[in-house]
Amino acid sequence: MSPQPLDSVKGFAVTFRQLFKKPITQQYPEYKRPVYPRFRGRHRLHRHENGLEKCVGCSLCAAACPADCIRVVAEENTPDNRVSPGERYARIYEINMSRCIFCGYCELACPFDAITLGNEYEISEYSRDDLIYTKDMLLAEPIKKVPVADRDLYDTPIPYYQDHS
Amino acid sequence: MREPWWISLIKAGVIVNLIMLAFAYTTWLERKLLGRMQNRFGPNRAGPYGLLQPFADLIKLVRKESFFPVAARHPLYIAAPIISMFTALAAFAVIPFGAGWQIWHYHVNGEIANVSIALILIFALGSIGVYGAIIGGWASQSKFSLLGSMRTCAQLVSYEVSLALSVLGVVLMGQSLNLVDIVNKQGATIWFFIPQLAGLLVFFFAMIAETSRPPFDLPEADTELVAGYHTEYGGMRWGLFQTAEYINLITLSALAVTLFFAGWHGPYAPLGPLWFLLKVFIFVSVFIWIRASVPRLRYDQLMRFGWKILLPVATINAVVTALLVVWIS
Ligand code: SF4
Ligand code: SF4
Repeated sequence: MSPQPLDSVKGFAVTFRQLFKKPITQQYPEYKRPVYPRFRGRHRLHRHENGLEKCVGCSLCAAACPADCIRVVAEENTPDNRVSPGERYARIYEINMSRCIFCGYCELACPFDAITLGNEYEISEYSRDDLIYTKDMLLAEPIKKVPVADRDLYDTPIPYYQDHS
Repeated sequence: MREPWWISLIKAGVIVNLIMLAFAYTTWLERKLLGRMQNRFGPNRAGPYGLLQPFADLIKLVRKESFFPVAARHPLYIAAPIISMFTALAAFAVIPFGAGWQIWHYHVNGEIANVSIALILIFALGSIGVYGAIIGGWASQSKFSLLGSMRTCAQLVSYEVSLALSVLGVVLMGQSLNLVDIVNKQGATIWFFIPQLAGLLVFFFAMIAETSRPPFDLPEADTELVAGYHTEYGGMRWGLFQTAEYINLITLSALAVTLFFAGWHGPYAPLGPLWFLLKVFIFVSVFIWIRASVPRLRYDQLMRFGWKILLPVATINAVVTALLVVWIS
């Protein structure tokens, strides 16, 4: 038995009082809580202003990835097929999102800020195959948008490579 | 008064379905109340206010794969949930829920079966229900299940003693084991929870343990022990165990209402079933409230409470009541 029987009874009053309060649950699909500005979500590959891809196929991201989920197959740029400003470009660039742990090491490793992690987190699929993102998917503007909190609310600076890419 | 057999049959069918419905909405009520007490919404997606949630759950459970553990003893493994379910449902047959009605020129009783030893019947069925847990745990051939079923049995058997002793006072005062007589006696004299307050308290605690509701839900103890005797059950077989548990809760609530709160008696007699339902509803809500408010007991605390507090109190209550009844008459 509890040494303070009266206190145990008080607990009942506490739970009963909650019945008349408004639940604090945020109803997710209707209400999307703004994510933190540096939230790490779905990846994006970026282009330069002149349309060339920033990625040069160096595979440093793949080397840095602890989940081993990036696959890069590089190929030489030729004068009539120039994809990136460097010597080579990524002919195949795939990220297996079912393995990714969203650690952000890939964006840290990339020497050209070609890959960054965006804010998008609604990336569930019905099939695992659909979770292997190809280069075209990563280069495209993400369709879905999630609200992002006002960055002034947070005092940590947004790193250069995320802010300017 | 006798009624033709087919009226009993129809009544039985109706009541069984009503209980199943009551069970479905007890789960809904529980989740809703628990949610609100924890500042959550509870189910609110399936239908308005989540009212279709029980059916969604049912469909989900039925459609699940019904697997067998390789080593399970098949017939018993299947029989265990059925035993639990059957005993839980059958016990309701003797509980009176109304005064009885004159419909056309037939008389319809306010209970399915008017048994002269109704109370003993309910406890007997409850004891058989324990077999569901024992057999279920043993037949699934898993150590966790076996240990879980032993845990469950120890608890149920311990608290059954107090449960049976606590109603002795009511039986002595009502001078009958027949629930119909007990209810009528209360309607004529006084609701028994006033003179039998100690009995009611013991009954209440023992009942929580018998239906393995928190804080006495050691048989499941989902957060710290593997689920217990139904570890190896899945899909609707597991669902049957859960159903049995909730129906036991409803039945024992109805029994408490019958024994201590004059069953269907209320301000306007023809509304009997409604009063009955209201009282049972309050009882069930209180159980949910308790679940939201107190943490689970440790196993030794559970046993100590059962044997060292409930049992002596129940015994003293029975003896004192017996002496008083003899002294007054
Ligand atoms: S976020 Fe981490 S796990 Fe995901 S692709 Fe980049 S490095 Fe790999
Ligand atoms: S994304 Fe960056 S690190 Fe990865 S291959 Fe392309 S340039 Fe190299």
